[in-house]
Amino acid sequence: MNTAGFETADEKSRGAINIRNVTKVYDPDGACVLAVDNCSMDISAGEFCVVVGPSGCGKTTLLNAIAGFHGISGGEIYLDGELLCTSERMPKPGSDRIVVFQNGALFPWFTVLENVTFGPVMQGVMAKKDAEDKALHMMGQMGLQGISMNYPSEISSGMRRRVEIARALMNNPRVLLLDEPFRAMDALTKTVVHQFLLNVYDEYKTTIFFITHDLDEAIFLGSKVYIMTTRPATIKKILEVTIPRPRDFRILASPEYQRLRDECISAVHEEAVKAFKAGEREM
Amino acid sequence: MHDNATSPSHGEGLAPVENDFIRILKKRASSVAFWRGIASIVAFTLFWEFCARFHVPVIGNVPAPSEVLASLAVQIKLAYYWLSWADSMIRIFTGFIIAQIIGVPLGLFLGANNKARETLFPIFEIMRPVPPLAWVPVSVIFWPSAEMSMIFVTFLGAFFTVVLNIVEGITSIDIRYIRAAYSLGSTKRDIFWRVLLPASLPSVVVGMTVGMGITWAVVVAAEMIATNTGLGFLTWRGYVAGEYPIIVVGMMSIGLAGYLSSALIRYVGAKFTPWLKTR
Amino acid sequence: MTTDTVANGAKGVSVGLPGAPQAPQKQTSDFRLTLIRLKFWLKSPSPYLNILGLAGFLLFWYLTTEVLKLPLFEKLPGPTATLDEWLSHDPMFGISFFTLEYYQHIGISIWRVFQAFALATMLGVPIGLFMGWKKTFKDYTFPLLEVLRPIPMLAWVPLSILMWPGREASIVFLTFLGSFFATVLNTLLGVESIDECYFRAAASLGASEKQIFSKVIVPGALPFIFTGLQISMGYAWFSLVAGEMLAGEFGLGYLIWNSYTLVQYPVIIIAMITLGVIGSLSSLIIRLVGDKLMQWKVREAAQ
Repeated sequence: MNTAGFETADEKSRGAINIRNVTKVYDPDGACVLAVDNCSMDISAGEFCVVVGPSGCGKTTLLNAIAGFHGISGGEIYLDGELLCTSERMPKPGSDRIVVFQNGALFPWFTVLENVTFGPVMQGVMAKKDAEDKALHMMGQMGLQGISMNYPSEISSGMRRRVEIARALMNNPRVLLLDEPFRAMDALTKTVVHQFLLNVYDEYKTTIFFITHDLDEAIFLGSKVYIMTTRPATIKKILEVTIPRPRDFRILASPEYQRLRDECISAVHEEAVKAFKAGEREM
Repeated sequence: MHDNATSPSHGEGLAPVENDFIRILKKRASSVAFWRGIASIVAFTLFWEFCARFHVPVIGNVPAPSEVLASLAVQIKLAYYWLSWADSMIRIFTGFIIAQIIGVPLGLFLGANNKARETLFPIFEIMRPVPPLAWVPVSVIFWPSAEMSMIFVTFLGAFFTVVLNIVEGITSIDIRYIRAAYSLGSTKRDIFWRVLLPASLPSVVVGMTVGMGITWAVVVAAEMIATNTGLGFLTWRGYVAGEYPIIVVGMMSIGLAGYLSSALIRYVGAKFTPWLKTR
Repeated sequence: MTTDTVANGAKGVSVGLPGAPQAPQKQTSDFRLTLIRLKFWLKSPSPYLNILGLAGFLLFWYLTTEVLKLPLFEKLPGPTATLDEWLSHDPMFGISFFTLEYYQHIGISIWRVFQAFALATMLGVPIGLFMGWKKTFKDYTFPLLEVLRPIPMLAWVPLSILMWPGREASIVFLTFLGSFFATVLNTLLGVESIDECYFRAAASLGASEKQIFSKVIVPGALPFIFTGLQISMGYAWFSLVAGEMLAGEFGLGYLIWNSYTLVQYPVIIIAMITLGVIGSLSSLIIRLVGDKLMQWKVREAAQ
C-alpha cells in the first residue's frame, strides 16, 4: 500500500500523518451536515501538532477518523505513507493510534495498574508479569508512584489524566491522539499536566495529535498550531511555534510567546464570532 | 418501543406532531430492526402453534394461537367480557387515584420536612418488603365488603411506590437549586412550590408508572383469589371451567389493559414535565 | 514561593513532577470511621425520631385493635395477641418460634425462591449481556420480551398450573418468570448505559471483541445487574406469595391464605412479618455479594 511521495517509516521517526482533501458529511436524520470540507494537513513524524478551532467545528471528526471510530466521506488519510482511510475504507481502531478522551476513559472497574497494563496484556504481546514490571517502571519515571493499587476514582483528576497517557504510551503507539484531554481541569492542575505532557514528549518523541480550544495550551505545548475555520472545517492558518524545547512556564512571559498568541487570537476570534452567529452549540 | 410511540404526541402544535408521527412510522417501517422484530414474533407464534398441535411437553399444554383467536372472536361479542374490563379498570383507577391523592401530598410533606420523615419513614421501610398480596387476607378481614378490600390492596400497591419515589426524588434534589432560589430572594414557601415540587415531578411520574404496573399485578391476583368479577377472575374461571383458551385471552387482555394504563400515565406525565423532552 | 516549587519540580525527576505519594487507603481506619459516624448519629435527633415513629405505630395498632376496639379494627389481630402466639411454646394455631411447622413453611418458600431466582439469574444475565453485545440478537429478541412483559406475572398463574405437571413446578415457574424479565431488562440497560468512550478506549488499546465483552461489557454492566437482581428478588417473593396462595400446599403464602380460611388471624400477621424479614434479608445478601464483586464502586462511595 506504499504510495510514492511520502517518507517511509523507520523505527526512530514514525507517525507521519497526511490528510488529503478530507470531507465528512453527517446524515443523521436526512438533514445533511457538512462537518469537514476539503481539509488537508501534513504532520511530520514526531511532531507535536495542535489543532485549534471553535467548538463543534469538526476537529474531533478528524481525530475519530484517524482513530478508526467512524469513516470519512471523501479524501484520504495516510499514516507513515500507508493508506489509512478513504471513503470506502475505514480502519479498525488499533494500538498504533491511541486516543486519550475528553472526559477520560480509564476503566473505573480496574485498578490503575490493571488499566496501564490493559493494552499489552489484551494484545498478548507481553506476559502479565512483564507488563506490570514495565508499567511500574514507567509510572515511576513519570512520577506516578504509589497509586498502582488504587481505583481511578480514588486519585485526583490530574493524576487520572497522567495515568491515561501512561496507559497509551505502554503500547508504544505511532501517534497519540488527544481529544481535549485537559478540558475540564482547573488552571493549577492544568499547569502540572502540561508540564508532564511536555516532559513525556521530550522523552518519547511520539507524534501527538492534540485537539483543544485553549490557545495558551496550544502554543505552550505545540510545535505547529493548525487553526481551523468554523463548520465546515478547513485549515485557516498554520502557526509554526519556534520556541525551543525543553519548555517550562517561563516562556509564557517571553515576547515570542506574546507575538504568537496575538496572531493566534486574531485568527481564532474571527472564526469564533462566525460560529457564535451561526448558533453552534457546544459539541 | 412505547417511548417512541408516545414521544411525538407531546410536541408543540398539532401539524408538526402529525408529520413527526408519520415520519417516525415511515422510518420504523424502513428499519431492519422493525422487520426483525416482526419476524421473531411471527416465528414465535408459529412455534407455539406447532408445539400445541404436536403436544410437545410443557409448552404444548398451552392452548394453540388458533384456538385462542377463535375464543377471542367469541369473547369480544359477549357483554360479560367487556364488563370484566370495566370492573378491573374501575378497581385499578379508584385504588390508584386514592393512592395518588394521599400519597403525593404525604410524600412531598415527608420529603420537605426532615423531622416528619425521620419519624414516619421507618414505618414505610418496614412495610415495604411485605409483598402487597400478603395484605389480601388482612384487608378482606378489615373491610366490610370484598370490593372495598380489593380497592384497598390496589391502593397499597401504588401508595408505597409513590411515597417512596417522591421522598427519594426530593431528598436527591441538587442543593444548588435550593441555594440559588434562596439567593434570588425566595421564601420557604416559594422554595416548596417553585423548586421542590417541580424538581420532584419526574420522580412522581416514575413512581406512578411503576405503581401502575404493581397495581395491575395486585388486582389480577386479588380478583383470582377473592372475587368473581374482573379480568383476573375471567382468566381464573377459564382455568377452573376447563375453557383453556380463555386463560390466554384473559392474559392478553390484562397485558393490553396494563400497557394502555401505563401509556396513559406516561402521556400525562410527559405533559407535566415538558422540560424532560429529549427530542 | 510557588515559582520555586514548580521550577524545582520541572527539573526534578527525569519525566514529570514527583507525584504526590498516595498510599492505598488503609482498611484499619474504617472501623474508627464507623464509630465516629455512630457517635454523630446518636447525637443527632434521627434515631430517637425513628424509634418514636415505630413506637407510635405499634401503639396505634395496640390501641385500635385491643384497647379501644374501634369498629373495623376490632376484627384484626392485635400486637400482643400476635406476639403471644409467636412466642408461645404451645401455640393455639400451631405456628410459633418453637414449632417445626413454622420453619418448614419458611424453608419451602426459601427453597422455591432460591431455585427460581438462580435459574432466572443464570438465564437472564447472559441473555441480557448478549442482547447488549450483539445488536442483531437484540433486534430479534427484544420485541418478544416487550410483548410478553406487560402481562403481570400473576396473570400467568392459571397458565403455569396448566403447563407444568404438579404444583411445585408451576409455583417455581411463576416465581422464575417474575425475576427473569427484571433481570434481562436491567442487564440490557446496564450494557447500554456504558459510556461509548470505554468501548473506544478498549478497541484502541487492541482488545478483541471477546475481550471487550469480558473486560468492558461485563464489569461495566455489573452495577445495573445487581440493581436488577435486587428488584428481581422482590418480584420473586411477590409472585411466590401469589403462587402459593392459589396453588400451594406449603410455604408462607399458603400459610397466610390457609390461616385466613381457618380464621387463625394472628398467624397471618406472623407470616406477613416473616415474609418481610426474609425478603429484606435476601436483598441484603445480594447487596453484599454485589459489594464484594464491585470493589471499585465501594471505594468510590467511600471517597
